[in-house]
Amino acid sequence: MTVARFWRKIPQRYNLIGTKCENCGTVFFPPRSLCPDCRRDGKIVDHHCSGRGKVVTYTVIRTASDQFSNLTPYVLAIIELEDGCRLTSQVICDPSEITFGMPVRSVFRVIAEDGPSGIIHYGTKFVPA
Amino acid sequence: MRDVAVIGIGCSKFGERWDTSFRELFVEAGTLAIEDAGIDGESIDALYVGNMSAGRFVEQEHIGALIADYAGLTRAGHTPATRVEAACASGGLAFRQAVLAVASGMEDIVVAAGVEKMTDAGDSTDVLAAAADREWEGFTGATFPGLYAMIATDYMHRYSLTREQLASVAVKNHYHGSMNPISQFQNEITIDTVLRSTLVADPLRLFDCSPVSDGSAAVVVAPLEMARDFTDAPVTVIGTAQASDTIALHDRRDISTLDASVAAGNRVFERARVDRKDVDLVEVHDCFTIAEICAVEDLGFVKKGEAGMLYEEGQTYIGGDLPVNTSGGLKACGHPVGATGLKQVWEVVTQLRGEAGKRQVDGAEIGMTQNVGGSGATVVCHLFRRV
Ligand SMILES: [Zn+2]
Repeated sequence: MTVARFWRKIPQRYNLIGTKCENCGTVFFPPRSLCPDCRRDGKIVDHHCSGRGKVVTYTVIRTASDQFSNLTPYVLAIIELEDGCRLTSQVICDPSEITFGMPVRSVFRVIAEDGPSGIIHYGTKFVPA
Repeated sequence: MRDVAVIGIGCSKFGERWDTSFRELFVEAGTLAIEDAGIDGESIDALYVGNMSAGRFVEQEHIGALIADYAGLTRAGHTPATRVEAACASGGLAFRQAVLAVASGMEDIVVAAGVEKMTDAGDSTDVLAAAADREWEGFTGATFPGLYAMIATDYMHRYSLTREQLASVAVKNHYHGSMNPISQFQNEITIDTVLRSTLVADPLRLFDCSPVSDGSAAVVVAPLEMARDFTDAPVTVIGTAQASDTIALHDRRDISTLDASVAAGNRVFERARVDRKDVDLVEVHDCFTIAEICAVEDLGFVKKGEAGMLYEEGQTYIGGDLPVNTSGGLKACGHPVGATGLKQVWEVVTQLRGEAGKRQVDGAEIGMTQNVGGSGATVVCHLFRRV
């Protein structure tokens, strides 16, 4: 990933800054700049997501792409935040611990590196709450 | 709108084709389809090429022109060639574009082709992850099998589907594939083969996953009223439909229902004016075993949560109530991504012509294809009838 592409989304990736449609109240994380329900009637503003949520579904990744292969096995989950939106993230826990509805909270972690001399991608992972 | 018929089909051998290049692969299927239709290159009005990621797999873009060139279509006719991309649904979508072009009256004879050369790439796991949301799925470490694994986890938590029933999808597809000469895998497997294979993303194991493959397929379509000039066994396209959903799995209304599959399925049955029970065979997109389970439910052949029993009873085998993936599916026949949707059409047309040999579904009159892009963001369905 190029530096600009990563830098552009630093607030969102580091601090779970999503968006909210003030017309219908829906929170979007990952952020959207157009509300799919209200479209042009929507009014999109930034929204700081709580970082607390629960596991909706999960897997344990045993075979990863080259960039993540040093992490295997790792837990990947879809998490529903208290704000009502869902996102995909790693959960830092033993693969045998992960369950449906498990409460989790966000933490700031290294996600991946672009090789030994490339940039380090930071972002959000989750831990059992 | 004009009725459209398939007048020619061709499919390359699927597999790890180390000695064959991207462009050679395409020419292989294209030549077979043209010969089957009994036409010459000059009569082709347009070409649509389904391809997911030649840019990443073989570092080549501008695929339409490359293929027109090496198919010998740039001399007299300067035939227009358009690449179509919808990840794993690229082939089905290329076919749909060809059907629409003929139905509209803009073109008469159109070739839809699909090709993918996957074994030249280093990190195919990463290339395939681009079928999902790179920014908010891939970035976090989600792999493509990982996304379908999360569908499987959700499904098995909510409905009664045993690990054995899930494995039986792959067992059945290998059995069908063993009777298909172009199939990548020609061997039969058992439930145990699946359950003892390496875990890729829990609960999915290696034998739940379609392989990395090279291959191509091509189909020639023409107006139905012209079809008899080319073939004694035209097959009519009685329905075409396509639907979209969110690119990321986490944004779906329901994790283990592909709403785009439901929508495309409903539309195609409505347009074709046939019932589910009239379908003699269906080729669905089994990139993973769980995807086939979801497909037969989301297309409305059985209620949500009831596919497990259908598989346990063997009803999806040739000779059963609903033969599914008689080609061997993506699992056994192979999954050269852009070619898959056209291989599905190739298989259904082969069956409806009664030319499927050992894997022939007796008296097949109506067949269906369902081609999925990504984790369900694009679904393309077609219905066919023997004339
Ligand atoms: Zn809104």
